[in-house]
Amino acid sequence: MSDNAGKKLDRYLKKNAARAQKERKYGSARLRRWRGRAVSWLYLAPSLIGVGLFFVLPFGVVIYYSMINNPVQHEYVGFNNFIRTWQNNAFSLAARNTLLFSVIAVPLAVMLSLWLAVIMESRIPFKSTFRTFFLSPMMVPIASVILVWQVLFDYNGLVNVLLTRAGIDRIDWLKSDLAPLVIILLFLWKNLGYNMILFMSGLSSIPKDQIEVARLESATEGQIFWKIKIRYLSSTIMFVIIMSLINSFKVFREVYLLTGDYPYNSLYMMQHFMNNTFASLDYQKLSAAAIIMAVFMMVVIGILLLAEDRFGKDLEQ
Amino acid sequence: MGLFKKKKNEISKKAEYTEYDAISDRRKSESRQTFRRTIAAIFFAFLFLTPTVLTFTNSFMTASEISANYGSIFAQNTSGGKVFVSEVVNLKFIPDMVTFSQYATVLFKSPEYLMKFWNSVIYVVPIVVFQLFVASLASFGFARYRGKIKQLIFFLYIVLMLMPYQVTLVPNYMVTSELGIVGTRWAIWLPGIFSPFAVYMLTKYMRRIPYSLYEAASIDGAGEWQIFTQICMPICRGGLASIAILIFIDYWNMVEQPLILLDNEEMYPLSVFLSRINAGEISLAFAVAVIYMVLPMLFFLYGEEYLVEGILYQGGIKE
Repeated sequence: MSDNAGKKLDRYLKKNAARAQKERKYGSARLRRWRGRAVSWLYLAPSLIGVGLFFVLPFGVVIYYSMINNPVQHEYVGFNNFIRTWQNNAFSLAARNTLLFSVIAVPLAVMLSLWLAVIMESRIPFKSTFRTFFLSPMMVPIASVILVWQVLFDYNGLVNVLLTRAGIDRIDWLKSDLAPLVIILLFLWKNLGYNMILFMSGLSSIPKDQIEVARLESATEGQIFWKIKIRYLSSTIMFVIIMSLINSFKVFREVYLLTGDYPYNSLYMMQHFMNNTFASLDYQKLSAAAIIMAVFMMVVIGILLLAEDRFGKDLEQ
Repeated sequence: MGLFKKKKNEISKKAEYTEYDAISDRRKSESRQTFRRTIAAIFFAFLFLTPTVLTFTNSFMTASEISANYGSIFAQNTSGGKVFVSEVVNLKFIPDMVTFSQYATVLFKSPEYLMKFWNSVIYVVPIVVFQLFVASLASFGFARYRGKIKQLIFFLYIVLMLMPYQVTLVPNYMVTSELGIVGTRWAIWLPGIFSPFAVYMLTKYMRRIPYSLYEAASIDGAGEWQIFTQICMPICRGGLASIAILIFIDYWNMVEQPLILLDNEEMYPLSVFLSRINAGEISLAFAVAVIYMVLPMLFFLYGEEYLVEGILYQGGIKE
């Protein structure tokens, strides 16, 4: 009897101790989590300060500069700078060229790299070797690329040699309206491998059974590609478009190294305009141009993300 | 009994045969397709490799051979006397005579190239190291505890990352000139170190670490710093490597930043300086290009898997 009571007491004490321990633990866990939360902001701090100092805060300054008449008088002029920049011949030329380049180069980059990825997905031999080859342009420094492109497209270059042999008049490629074509080739050469990798992973994540079912129901390869694969790839396609768009703005590097500060009109890019405006210290025009471009980019990316949302929706249900 | 079995076998064999026939038909068309695709892949591989191979082999040519081949494109080598110059370009893969003289000139006789190479290293290495350091701290902050404000800040990072140089360079210039560091190395370093790119990538990487892992460590009495250094960082090693490669490629080839943020050409990295070479000493250009290519190529050969992984992590902006 007493033995039993002792056991009961023992059990009661144990239970109590366990609860107390649990409470202690949970309490301290909550405290720890709260402290952790606070500490996590400390971890963020260096980056936040840096990004704030070098990107966010100065962007506010840029907006301010775009609204004043000059850095000395600081007089508010509203949208005058934007209008002035918009009507500037050099700006509109640069904007037109950059836009035209992106509009042609980006879809080409997306389609060609998707095609390459489809090729790489099929049962071809030496897959990993091919992948290495296709990726290698990423690693080749611009300078060597520039050398080779000059050898190819100079007035006395290889392409013209071949043209004259075929009985066609030679063209001074980099000083003609066809110059963007040369740069588009360069852009594709440099970026296809990167995009291809993205598409390859997108293709491999498509559920195989869906394709099997479609095949059993005698869908053609074309139908499978357009009705199933493209659907599943929609988010990858969006990402590739965005990355290609950003990379298409970077093509200035190559253009600059090929043709210098003042290239042929058809190659005058946004960055040329920026660099030359930097040289003349016209901060207002510069700020306005940067903001116009930022707004444009936000609108484009917003549209792309919205489109992806609508396009990819029926898949998730 | 045996006879019956045999018959049954025959029948099933026949049925299989017709199906097999259909499959083999499809296989045939598939193998034809595979063949065509292989040809296409070889064609593209050829296009993709040509510039690299050309640069490499031409770096072993003698100065006179290069100016003979390319003299019509690039200005004449000033030191060279009257040499035969073909009127149009003469593209050659195999040098007439293999020589290391170009390398010798670059490495021992003209220190300016080595100086510029050294400049490149000085810019890129701290940017890679410290961008990764700042980013791993920040990503841990983003990934360990989430909240609405952090979500918003992270979105801001994505927007900043997507902005082209043409947009971010203007603010960068304003700050660097305000801080009085335009024309110094800091003007390249600081914006590079705080670039949001690595933060975005690493955060995505870290968010894959299951939360329970942190919790377990925390219950075992590990502090935040211990969790960060002993659990999070070792898991992210692969991610760090792949992001390091992507950052390295980007800054090794930088052109825009030095042009705007540096005014002294002495301080230009090789990526900008190399374009100047083409006008003067074309015979050296290929050798310098190869020297410049060595580091990225080494990273590529040893880290291709990491590079691919890095590209994939970058994919999928929307999380």
